[in-house]
Amino acid sequence: MIEYIITVLLIAAIYAIFSLGLNLEWGFTGLINFGHVAFMAIGAYTTVLLNLNGVPLLPAVIAGMALAGLCGGLLGIPTLKLRADYLAIVTIGFAEILRFFLLNEGWLTRGPMGLHGYSRPFEDMIQGDYNFFLLLLVLIVLAVCYLMLEKLIKSPWGRVLKSIREDEDVPASLGKNVFSYKIQSLMLGSAIAGLAGSFLAFYLQYINPRNFMPMETFYAWIAVVLGGSGNNKGTILGAFILFSFFSGTRFAQGYIPLSSTQIGALRIMFIGLLLIVVMMFKPEGLLGKKEELTLMG
Amino acid sequence: MLSVKGIEKSFGGIKAVDASFLEVKEGGTVGVIGPNGAGKTTLFNIISGFDKPDNGAIVFNGENIEGKTSSEIARLGLVRTFQLSKALTKLTVVENMMLAPQVQQGERIWNVWLRPREVKRQEEENRERARTLLEFFGLLSMKDEYAGALSGGQKRLLEIARALMAEPKMLLLDEPFSGVNPTLTKKILKYMTELRDEGMTFLVIEHDMHIIMQLSDFIYVLNKGEVIASGEPEEVRNNERVLDAYLG
Repeated sequence: MIEYIITVLLIAAIYAIFSLGLNLEWGFTGLINFGHVAFMAIGAYTTVLLNLNGVPLLPAVIAGMALAGLCGGLLGIPTLKLRADYLAIVTIGFAEILRFFLLNEGWLTRGPMGLHGYSRPFEDMIQGDYNFFLLLLVLIVLAVCYLMLEKLIKSPWGRVLKSIREDEDVPASLGKNVFSYKIQSLMLGSAIAGLAGSFLAFYLQYINPRNFMPMETFYAWIAVVLGGSGNNKGTILGAFILFSFFSGTRFAQGYIPLSSTQIGALRIMFIGLLLIVVMMFKPEGLLGKKEELTLMG
Repeated sequence: MLSVKGIEKSFGGIKAVDASFLEVKEGGTVGVIGPNGAGKTTLFNIISGFDKPDNGAIVFNGENIEGKTSSEIARLGLVRTFQLSKALTKLTVVENMMLAPQVQQGERIWNVWLRPREVKRQEEENRERARTLLEFFGLLSMKDEYAGALSGGQKRLLEIARALMAEPKMLLLDEPFSGVNPTLTKKILKYMTELRDEGMTFLVIEHDMHIIMQLSDFIYVLNKGEVIASGEPEEVRNNERVLDAYLG
């Protein structure tokens, strides 16, 4: 039972990091990224492939973050000067192209067979339950990400992002290079997704393209909206509620007279219902600021 | 300080602006008037880099600025406000102000993490300056309110104060008096006069003839995109083409 709870928390914490990246982009900057999972995949595959080729984990993880951030920036260059929906379309397209690349370029990724046999942080030194150690490590990383993001959001840099979210003509009229800030937000958000990807790989011990379905992006969206867009604490809370629920209902399988496909469908329906109820009674999300929704120009 | 020559701009074959010449001297207050749809705001958008002209030259402080982006132009010291006031309603009044200063250390990610003390010191300096300006505009008591909670007139004041926070060499004000009650209008006029006495240069769009006559020392009259008259307020007031354009 304890092991089970540790696993649930571990998954939730990894996806909380993942969702924090999206919250920076959407919650604070107003960028619509529908392909967030791509950057998680880039982080995971880069870390694993480098490690399988003899690179130690720390530089491999950093390389994963850097490549994810770089790809985020490259996608932003042609799209961020256009209307918001262009980024949405391009990112969702990129995520699917990347997944098919991972699936088909077997010489590099072993395709659907996936990759395994890579090392995990401090694996040799840990006696006993490795997942418990990994949970502690992920929680520390989550806390560091949270604190660093909070520091940024409360800084002049964060102020510019929030002004872009509301009306980008204003920062532009005051001499801020709006495009550059959007790129920075997208790169940092993508790098954070890459970091989450590395830890997902450590947890799974085996990665394949099926871990990076488009739906993962929208789980992060649900976590952000549920907790309150533009609120890092809310995002973490949203991610823990969502992913505990997902893992928790797997447990219920033995008790409900339904097949696993039926339970799967029921789960999604329930999440939809939860989202509707929250939006009806607390449209700003669980921890969101009401003013940010109701005050108009 | 600012000179505009031969600016042309068409939207879908319809000429919006065809301004042959417009000039603003340092320390001057120049008004642009004209009926609705005369192309005043389009002209402003072009000068401030929010729209690209099809043709023409704009020189600010000896530097060619046509083709530069809006943020580059603002960084050169030419700062605008908007016709529909754009207070950032979801930021507080003081946050609106703090957004404006140029070259903030804390606008760089690494500085935020690695040089927090320097960022903080600059923030304090800027906060102090914001307080002074807010006091000047009578908004100090509202400083921690969301800007969305301000009245229409107060939002205008905030926008002007915020533009000043960027330390402009010249201000472009797009209808700073529209939607503002008479008391506040007087207040804005008073502030502008004080700022002018301190040496600020203004280019102001307005469609209310009376206010602009009071305020400006030179006026350009736009109609259907063209400058149809220019001169000191007295001259313009008695110009027949102007009366025609206004009274139809």
